[in-house]
Amino acid sequence: MRILVAVAEVAVVDGEFDIEGQTVPDRFLRHECNEWDQYALAEAVRIANEVADVEVVTVTIGPERAEETIDRALAAGADRAIRIWDDALAAKDLLDPATKADLIARVAREEGPDLVLAGAQSAGEGFGATGVTLAERLGFEWAAAVDDLDLNADAGVAHVRRELEDGVRELTDVRLPAVLTVQTGITELPTGVPDTGEARDGDRAVLNLDDLGLRVAVDGHFEQQSLTVPEAERETTLFEGAPAETAAELAAVLCEAGVDR
Amino acid sequence: MTVLAVAEHRRGELRDVSFELITAGRELAREIGGDLRVAVVNGPVEDYARTLSREAVDVVHTVDHGAEFNHDVYVQAVAELTEAVDPTVLLLPHTADGMDYAPAVASRLGRPLLTDAVDLAFDDRLAVTRERYGATAEATIEVNADRAAVTLRPTEWPPAEYRGDARIEPFAVDVDEAAVQSNVNGYEEVRGDVDLEGAGVVVAVGRGVGAEEDLDPIFELADALDAVVGAARPVIDAGWLGPERQVGTAGTTVDPEVYLALGISGAPRHVAGVKGAETVVAVNEDPAAPIFDVADYGVVGDLFEVVPALLAQFR
Ligand SMILES: Cc1cc2nc3c(=O)[nH]c(=O)nc-3n(C[C@H](O)[C@H](O)[C@H](O)COP(=O)(O)OP(=O)(O)OC[C@H]3O[C@@H](n4cnc5c(N)ncnc54)[C@H](O)[C@@H]3O)c2cc1C
Repeated sequence: MRILVAVAEVAVVDGEFDIEGQTVPDRFLRHECNEWDQYALAEAVRIANEVADVEVVTVTIGPERAEETIDRALAAGADRAIRIWDDALAAKDLLDPATKADLIARVAREEGPDLVLAGAQSAGEGFGATGVTLAERLGFEWAAAVDDLDLNADAGVAHVRRELEDGVRELTDVRLPAVLTVQTGITELPTGVPDTGEARDGDRAVLNLDDLGLRVAVDGHFEQQSLTVPEAERETTLFEGAPAETAAELAAVLCEAGVDR
Repeated sequence: MTVLAVAEHRRGELRDVSFELITAGRELAREIGGDLRVAVVNGPVEDYARTLSREAVDVVHTVDHGAEFNHDVYVQAVAELTEAVDPTVLLLPHTADGMDYAPAVASRLGRPLLTDAVDLAFDDRLAVTRERYGATAEATIEVNADRAAVTLRPTEWPPAEYRGDARIEPFAVDVDEAAVQSNVNGYEEVRGDVDLEGAGVVVAVGRGVGAEEDLDPIFELADALDAVVGAARPVIDAGWLGPERQVGTAGTTVDPEVYLALGISGAPRHVAGVKGAETVVAVNEDPAAPIFDVADYGVVGDLFEVVPALLAQFR
């Protein structure tokens, strides 16, 4: 059995930042493996450890920098990694889920997985749509926001629990092959995975749009008009200084707001 | 020109987001200069349709098939109805179920899809405002197409309240049962004996707390403030606290007098569960953390210094 896992590297902002033109410049960004995808990979590796003959293959759309994330994925137990990159993609600041799904679908058709795992969303853009779009493109079944998975490969079915709102979970059976988008917490993340794993060169491939036989109009429908810092919903009073001082100020505020001292 | 909004319901009740979609749809229909239609699929659709007949809704389309959400049915029903009605904009909820069918509908119809919108505008083209870079920045994105689909973030629009006189039109979908390859067997609920909903003061911890052992001072502080301890999701995922303590869309919605957020970034799914709090106080070492945008008071600093100092104030 083969499990394909979509593993993205995301850019997150830490600390103060500026917006220049319509982007947050690289110097304010930290790149890391998308948290939801880390769980998707950990779940795939868990299955591989429990079921015989499972190959875990990751697919990443990203520039060379994303090899760091791929190092981690290989160190965490993936058997092979495929990275998709191209100048046409590099020219884009924002890739829409449909484009990503088209690219991954090409790899999936080649690889013929029984199961595809992807994160429920990415920490950077939070579209939350790539996995289900991919399923539709492939003609696979799917389930979104899965927080528990019991795979019965022989019966060709995935018993999943989907996380809905307000503490409610849905129990659903999904026919294989399927794409499942994974919620954080679905399994335990491995500890002690080195930041940069042993480079296992033989296990990686890099494909461009030509290799994929794609001449897609990359992300043709979205045109970003502006990028701004969102307006604060509440007016915030910030306390600065030594902890003892700020704590005294906070305590006063808490008492005024109804906490008994 | 038409706006079509798809309602959501669960276990016999229309969800709030349905009425929020109507408000957003009404504003959009006005800008587009068209009518507003609402669709409801599965369940007691006639009853739902009457409730969904709010001010400015012209038509409610009902698809009577099955009791509860099943994405294979939704995809067929919503895609067919969308083809028949041909709305300029299709509005869907950005909920767990919305995430489970909206991308498939958009893909099937070849419509561009923008998700998790917090604002909409229409001037010749649809412009959607949504967050980027993990909610730290907000982008307005114009859709370069005549037809689009958008999912809306819950709680961003006020729910439509006033009754209207919409026409109720059943829409027959010949559901292809062979294409229904997923089967919902039931529901489970996370319940515990932690009364977050009734709490007057909530002390909530996020990933910033770092380790299970470091929760002790948090519980001491909660004790001193007569507060209930809540948590952001990573704390639950790591198993440091039970799921009954999760605050947010997937967890519990709280409305305390005081919400004290310690080491929580302020991700939208968390913040959505805190909107009813009277006073929000945040301690975070990152001055750009989005939590400060929804807080009344904040300290930029290390919670492991602030918490003991605060505890000393209440002893
Ligand atoms: C479908 C769906 C549903 C979800 N539902 C929920 C939900 O119900 N509830 C929920 O919480 N999340 C939910 N999430 C997850 C949500 O998107 C975020 O991932 C989560 O809320 C982040 O939690 P956090 O703020 O603790 O972690 P982070 O975003 O990692 O933030 C940690 C913060 O702690 C600060 N920090 C670190 N160390 C310290 C220190 N020593 N002192 C002070 N500050 C420090 C950092 O600056 C940072 O801002 C959901 C996601 C999805 C996709």
